[in-house]
Amino acid sequence: MQKHVIDPKSVPGWGIDADPENDPTYPMKPHRTDLEEQGYNWERPTQQPIDVEILHSNERPNVTAVFGTASPPQGLSGIIRRWAFRWSENEYNHWLPLILADRVNVVEGVLEDLAHGKFPNIWKEKGYNASWKHDRTSLILRLSAFTAVTAGLVLWLTSGDDDKGSRKKKKNKKKARYYDENEYYADDRYYDENQY
Amino acid sequence: MLAMDYRGPKRVRVTQKPMPEIKHPEDAIVRVTRSCICGSDLHLYNGNVPDTRVGTTFGHEFVGEVVEIGSEVTKLKVGDHVIVPFNISCGKCHFCKQGLYGNCHESNPMATAVGAIYGYSHTAGGFHGGQAEYVRVPYANLNPTVIPPGMDLDDAVLLTDVVPTGYQAAEMAGIQPGNTVVVFGAGPVGIMAAKSAWLFGAGRVIVLDKEDYRLEFVRNYAPCEAYNFEKDMQDPVLFIKKITDWMGADCVIDAVGAEASGDVMQTITGRKLLLQAGSATAIHWAINSVKKGGIVSVVGVYGPTDNLVPIGNVLNKGLTIRGNQTAVKRHLPRLIEHVMNGVIKPKEIITHRIPLEDIADGYRMFSDKLDNCIKPVLMMPTAR
Repeated sequence: MQKHVIDPKSVPGWGIDADPENDPTYPMKPHRTDLEEQGYNWERPTQQPIDVEILHSNERPNVTAVFGTASPPQGLSGIIRRWAFRWSENEYNHWLPLILADRVNVVEGVLEDLAHGKFPNIWKEKGYNASWKHDRTSLILRLSAFTAVTAGLVLWLTSGDDDKGSRKKKKNKKKARYYDENEYYADDRYYDENQY
Repeated sequence: MLAMDYRGPKRVRVTQKPMPEIKHPEDAIVRVTRSCICGSDLHLYNGNVPDTRVGTTFGHEFVGEVVEIGSEVTKLKVGDHVIVPFNISCGKCHFCKQGLYGNCHESNPMATAVGAIYGYSHTAGGFHGGQAEYVRVPYANLNPTVIPPGMDLDDAVLLTDVVPTGYQAAEMAGIQPGNTVVVFGAGPVGIMAAKSAWLFGAGRVIVLDKEDYRLEFVRNYAPCEAYNFEKDMQDPVLFIKKITDWMGADCVIDAVGAEASGDVMQTITGRKLLLQAGSATAIHWAINSVKKGGIVSVVGVYGPTDNLVPIGNVLNKGLTIRGNQTAVKRHLPRLIEHVMNGVIKPKEIITHRIPLEDIADGYRMFSDKLDNCIKPVLMMPTAR
C-alpha cells in the first residue's frame, strides 16, 4: 500500500503550538523519519538464546531480544496457555483462558508441593499472622463465616440421602415412562410399515 | 537464595530458589539491598492479572549492588550500587528512542500492550522480581543508575517507581500554573502525585480516599486538601463540582486503578467476579469530575482488554487521556536532583520494615491496610 504523504508545512497553522516547553507532557522526538515508519528498523540487541519455551504474542512476528524465564508453561495450565496465545491480545479468547490457566496452575502448585512431601502452610502463606495481630475480629468473623458455609455445604451433601434417592428414582421413573411411550409408537410404526 | 514465591491468589511464601544467571550479554546480577511491596503488586497478589504463574517472584521496586556483569556490559561495574527502574527497556527500539521506556519493544514477548516489568506476571515479560536476595537485571547498560554519593537507600528505592510514577502522573495531567488538581487515591503514588502537582505549578490540590490515616498523612506530606469519600460526601463527582465553583477540576489524576472501592456494582463485577478488568470506579469518577476540556491522567493499573473499554491499554500503550507506565529512566536525573536538594523526601512515606521471611504478613498488612500501613520496605537477609 502506498503511503499518502502530506507536507505538514502545507497545513494551515502547522506547528504554531509545537513548543515542547509549553507541553512537557509528551516525550517528543526531534525528528520523525520515513524509515521509522517501516517497522523494525532499529539495530536489534543481541538475541537471548531461546532455550526454554516462550509463548509470544501473535501481535508481533518474533521473540523479543530479552525475555523472562520465570515459569515456563507446563502441565494442564501450560496446554491452556498455549491455546490462549493463538489469539491476539484483542480477544477474550486470549485473556480469559489465561485467567483459567492461572487457577489450574494454583491446583498444580499444591499437587507439586504434596508430591515433594511438602504440605502448604496456608495460615502462614495467607499472612494470617498479621491479621491475627492487627485485625483479629475481622479475621475471626471471616473464618467463622467460611467455616459455617463449608460445614453447611458438607451437611447438605451428606444428609438426606433417602430423600435425594427417592427424588432421583421418581425422576427416572418419569423418564422411563417417556421412553416406554416412544418405544410404543416406534413399535407401532414398525408394524405399520411391514403391513403396507 | 531466598526469594518470594507466588502460590496463588493471596498466597505467597519465601522459599529457596536457584541463583539468577546471566542469560544475555547485557545482563547484570544484582544483590538486592532494599525492595518494596508496591500497590501494583496487589493486583497480582489478588489474582487479577492474567498469566501470573505459580512459582514466580514479584517485586519491581528495588535497589542493589552489582555482583556480576555480562560480556557486553560497559557502563556498570561490579560493586556499583544502583537504582533499578521498574521498566526493562533496551534503549534501541522505536519506543525507547522516543523516551517511552515503559513501552520497550524488545523486552516483553508475551504482550505488545505493556512493556516488561520485573516480577509482574508473564503478561509483563515473565521476569523474576526483586523481592529476593538476588535478581537478574537485563539491559544493564541502560536501566540501572548509580546511586549518587550521600543518597539514602530508602530514598533511592522509592525512585524506582513510586516517585517517578507520581511525578509523571502530574506531568501527564498538563498542569498549568494556578490549576486545580484532583487526585483520586492517597496510596504512595497518589501522595507523590499530589506532591508533584505543586512542582508543576498547581494552584490547588485536592485528594480523595477512604482511609482516614492516609488522608491525614497526605495532608501533612503534600500538603493539600484531603477528603474521605465515604464520610465527607455522598457523591464524589458532585462534591468536586461543588467545591470547584460548579466547573469541575482542571486536571484529575487516577492513582487507584483496578482495586478501586466506592461502587458496589464495580466491586462485584470487576474485583470479585473478574468480569471486567478490575473496578473502574476511579476512572469513572475522574472522567466525570474533570471540567470540560480538562485533562485526565491515568497511572492506576487496570487489567488488560476485558473491560467495557480497553482502559488498561490506554495506560499501558500511552494513548490519549494520557496514561502510561512511567518512563522512570527519563525522570531519574531530575528527580535525583529534587531528592538531593530536599524538594522531595521520599523515605518519609515508608511506614513499615518487614523481613523478607515475613513477606506473607507484609502483603496482608499492605493489602488490608492494617496498622496504618502506607509503604512497606522489605529487608533482605543479605543486606541487614
